[in-house]
Amino acid sequence: MNVPTVADLAAKGESPEILFWVGCAGSYDDRYKRVTKAFVKILNAVNIKFAVLGTEESCTGDPARRAGNEFLFQMQAMSNIQVLNGYGIRKIVTACPHCFNTIKNEYAELGGNYEVIHHSAFLQQLINEGKIKLEGGGSFKGKKITYHDSCFLGRANNIYEAPRAVLEALDADLVEMKRCRTTGLCCGAGGAQMFKDAEKGKKEINIERTEEALATGASTIAVACPFCMTMMSDGVKNKERESDVKVKDLAELIAEAKGLN
Amino acid sequence: MIQQILFFIVLAGAGYLIAKRVGFIRSTISLGKKAEINDCKDERLRNVLLVAFGQKKMFKKFVPAFLHLFVYVGFLVINLEVLEFIIDGLAGTHRIFAPNLGGFYTALMNMFEFLAVAVLLACVVFLIRRNILRTKRLNLPDLAKWPRMDANIILFTEIILMIAILTMNATDQVLQSRNDHYTPTGSLFFSSFLLPLFQNMETGVLIIIERFAWWFHIIGILAFAVYVTYSKHLHIFLAFPNTYFAKLEPKGKMTNMPVVTNEVKSMLGLADANATPTTVEPGRFGAKDVNDLTWNNLMAAYSCTECGRCTEQCPANITGKKLSPRKIMMDTRDRMEDVGKSLQKGGPGLNDGKTLLNDYITKEEINACTSCNACVEACPVLINPLEIILELRRYVAMEESGAPPSWNSMFQNIETSFAPWKFSPSDRFNWSKES
Repeated sequence: MNVPTVADLAAKGESPEILFWVGCAGSYDDRYKRVTKAFVKILNAVNIKFAVLGTEESCTGDPARRAGNEFLFQMQAMSNIQVLNGYGIRKIVTACPHCFNTIKNEYAELGGNYEVIHHSAFLQQLINEGKIKLEGGGSFKGKKITYHDSCFLGRANNIYEAPRAVLEALDADLVEMKRCRTTGLCCGAGGAQMFKDAEKGKKEINIERTEEALATGASTIAVACPFCMTMMSDGVKNKERESDVKVKDLAELIAEAKGLN
Repeated sequence: MIQQILFFIVLAGAGYLIAKRVGFIRSTISLGKKAEINDCKDERLRNVLLVAFGQKKMFKKFVPAFLHLFVYVGFLVINLEVLEFIIDGLAGTHRIFAPNLGGFYTALMNMFEFLAVAVLLACVVFLIRRNILRTKRLNLPDLAKWPRMDANIILFTEIILMIAILTMNATDQVLQSRNDHYTPTGSLFFSSFLLPLFQNMETGVLIIIERFAWWFHIIGILAFAVYVTYSKHLHIFLAFPNTYFAKLEPKGKMTNMPVVTNEVKSMLGLADANATPTTVEPGRFGAKDVNDLTWNNLMAAYSCTECGRCTEQCPANITGKKLSPRKIMMDTRDRMEDVGKSLQKGGPGLNDGKTLLNDYITKEEINACTSCNACVEACPVLINPLEIILELRRYVAMEESGAPPSWNSMFQNIETSFAPWKFSPSDRFNWSKES
């Protein structure tokens, strides 16, 4: 696995074609680090000149902003923008819809203007350009996969088809939950809910959603967001179905199908 | 002549009450903060045409959309007939357009009657859905008492008004064959079914019934017009401006706070020394009361017709939490009304010891929101309850430091470790060395 940092490249007087924004979950969360690595392996495999910020990366401020702390958000945003602009970054790809939404939609007003692309759309592009070829669909051919829409990708940014296009390339049997696309049910972690217990109620949101996903009979629940990954994995565990139902990110599925693991 | 004077008094009275109420609503909406919304006029007009006029978002649920369309078209078209009512009422004429329009008048009247029957049936189905089938979103606890009553009053009134129109036309048709005063209208299909009821009545009785139905219908419509301004039914007018002023940016984008930007810039030493001092009013961070929200948030509260499509989609509400996006809008409107009424009486208004946050909307409600935008997506008239929730959260976090303890820890982690979890920043890139 080859992971250059922007600083490494800068030292050689080079700059990356695209910056891979890893995000906090992608950097620290044990489960999501596997997604980060899978995505890097794909980037390596297609020979794209990318780089990461490494230890120079820091939280985009999304959870702080959604929890009401605008000061902290803007402190984070401004210092990130300083770093990004300092390196002359133009194009960013990220596997986190929250980072994606914040950098794409909220950094511009604070002086950060970049072309930001979510890894689902990026993977779709690679597939369309023929850079990723999945002959015969590999191990997922004909298997039932359901896709759980991330709110910050779907409703927040109208990205519904790219993740599905990636799954279709696997030649899998894509089954939809009743609540999908514009009416997709949240996993329960958005709006900084990831970082606190839920209010009193009769059920956890991720259980409600997991039940719906399990009802499709899919053996794989595909996600495209680190928070959805945690919530759906917890839900599957809660239902004691970890042995026969896997929660996987799009990048992991592609890497697996390409035998990149 | 007496009828004409009476009619004039009724009409002027209704006009006065409506004007007064509209003035009141304007004043409560202007409690909100100023916000200039004059960009992308074409896109905004497109939203008005597609979403408000064209009912695009309603058609996600076909049956209610179809029935609602009848009531909506009925409302627009039958009100053309009110024009004739008003001219007749003031001039003392009877069906002034009938002789001039001839066959076209007959066609028009038949269309009105078709719509009247459609409205009537739609309202009956709506009453059944609300009260017998008990459609879930129309029977949630946030609609208890008055809101439920309000909805039933409106449906019931519309049914009575439609019956009045049909009765009037039926008696009129009988009278046309007996008295020259009643201009022939041609055969009217739907009201003809009522003819057997009236055919054997004496002319005197029929005249009384016809006049009663006429007066009942026009007074009913005027009374309804006044009532609408006090009820959830204001959406029939406000859906249009509300869709015009609705947010056009991606739903995920939160409104920036330029006041904070200035402070953060100067803290980081990024402030432009030559920058002209900003004209942003200092005020509160976030929203504690209705005057901290923007005027279009407040207008949205008046545009809400409490259909509950938002609450039905809300993940927090579905799983039994207290949050209901519909209630956020209803509470905002209730607070505006309370403040406005207090000011009208020379009372303390906003300083009555209550605030939107805490006294109307609790922290438990706003804390439960996942900012998933399901409510925003669901609203048929583009209301955005999420904006209000997030503004209230900003107040709690920044002015009261009252965010839930786990959020405060998350803030602290970001401040010290630059991640929402407590990890060492120097470990951020360790994943690249792991297999």
